[in-house]
Amino acid sequence: MKYSALALLRGALAGHRTWTPAWRSPEPKAAYDVVIIGGGGHGLATAYYLAKNHGIRDVAVVERGWLGGGNTGRNTTVVRSNYLYPESARLYDFSLKLYEGLSRELNFNIMLSQRSHVMLAHSRHDLESIARWASAMHMHGIESELLTRAQVGELLPALDLSPAARFPVLGGLRQRRAGTARHDAVAWGYARAADALGVDILQNCEVTGFETGAGGEVTGVETSRGRLRAGRIGIAVAGHSSVLARLAGFRLPVTSYALQAMVTEPLKPRLDTVVISPGTGAYVSQSDKGEIVIGGGLDLFASYAQRGSFAVLQSVVAATLAMFPSFSRLRLLRHWAGIVDVVHDSSPIIGPTPAPGLYINCGWGTGGFKAIPAGGWLLAHALATGRSHELAEPFQLERFTTGRLIDEAAASGIAH
Amino acid sequence: MMQLECPWCGPRDENEFACGGTTHSARPELAASDAEWGEYLFFRDNPKGLHLERWRHTYGCGLWFNVARHTVTHEVLAVYPMTASPPPLG
Repeated sequence: MKYSALALLRGALAGHRTWTPAWRSPEPKAAYDVVIIGGGGHGLATAYYLAKNHGIRDVAVVERGWLGGGNTGRNTTVVRSNYLYPESARLYDFSLKLYEGLSRELNFNIMLSQRSHVMLAHSRHDLESIARWASAMHMHGIESELLTRAQVGELLPALDLSPAARFPVLGGLRQRRAGTARHDAVAWGYARAADALGVDILQNCEVTGFETGAGGEVTGVETSRGRLRAGRIGIAVAGHSSVLARLAGFRLPVTSYALQAMVTEPLKPRLDTVVISPGTGAYVSQSDKGEIVIGGGLDLFASYAQRGSFAVLQSVVAATLAMFPSFSRLRLLRHWAGIVDVVHDSSPIIGPTPAPGLYINCGWGTGGFKAIPAGGWLLAHALATGRSHELAEPFQLERFTTGRLIDEAAASGIAH
Repeated sequence: MMQLECPWCGPRDENEFACGGTTHSARPELAASDAEWGEYLFFRDNPKGLHLERWRHTYGCGLWFNVARHTVTHEVLAVYPMTASPPPLG
């Protein structure tokens, strides 16, 4: 069923009794060409691009819980491509460009809102950093603007601009094409489009082990819903990457941490950009529903708990109020955490693993949502061709042996 | 707020401490290969369950010490000195 204004009108006239499920819930088959582990944004996008770009439609996506129930449903919905190094800038801008066409491509409104992303500068050093950053982005062909303090004030009237602020605002770096997208819609849109191309989405299906052949190559997975044979397997499970790697017999340069986010009760439009303050340690946007969406730094100890600690919550809220004192009487409605896969250089890993036939897409750490279209596209390319896409070449596991790291720690915005 | 038991100062709030990551990682010989160095520097077990890690009472006495902690429940199972082997954990 194609979604359109006309379809909506027809549905309304028929009392909304004509809508069909957006994807099937099939029984697992015994064998597939490709099995993808992880039914979040990255896994579903991988399945979609396998079918769409490479014509490989005999694909299963296996998900332990429900679609988009992990980090895809736990992020702060920010999309942007203001990265420092050329490898990352190319990668994230490729992702943002795919996002820009995604609603039309998937026939599913992902509610992309390119409302600008503003990074604040609080010191002379920050001003020099953002000037370097803006120049780097210019070299990568990605637009960005340096803002004066007055321009920041025009964009963000609710922001505390007083010189007496704990972290006085001196300027900012703006990316206009950045913004937010509806996170669940990204997962659902990819799921629906992949399903329409023949992909089987298997929910409540936990991988419990890998089957391997004589040469150590993967030949299938054992799951809570039976065995699935497949010669090529992709892993896109974010914070649980190390758990899957252990099942397959290798280790990753990954540590799992809890990353918190929270929303307040809804209020009238007050903030129409995404704003991040590395000085105070929080980033803030306002959702279409009116909630203030707040994120901050990691809980800096290894965790698989999907809940954040009060110590970090307290500092993130304090940071938000230092920026926006008028939010002080808002109540927090919800507060949650996702388990993120942090790598030493804050850059992803997309490519083959030590087990032949097994490919991985992980290490996005605190910034996986914005990378969903690119992550899916590149993992699909590796699974389909056995080779890394040009954009993914710098992001291989080997870099932790060669030392060719791409240290984007600064570009994660908050000092994690 | 989570509390940790500093061996010197006693139980204190989590935000007085800094976690130093996995403990008991043995440094390879200087002649080690790039792969061995990479393994030592970057690759981790990152277990879902019991994790042996080092913590520092950064905003207190400054002491480094080892903690055995569960990464799902966050339960602290043991606190032991920096140079000691992990105690038996049932």
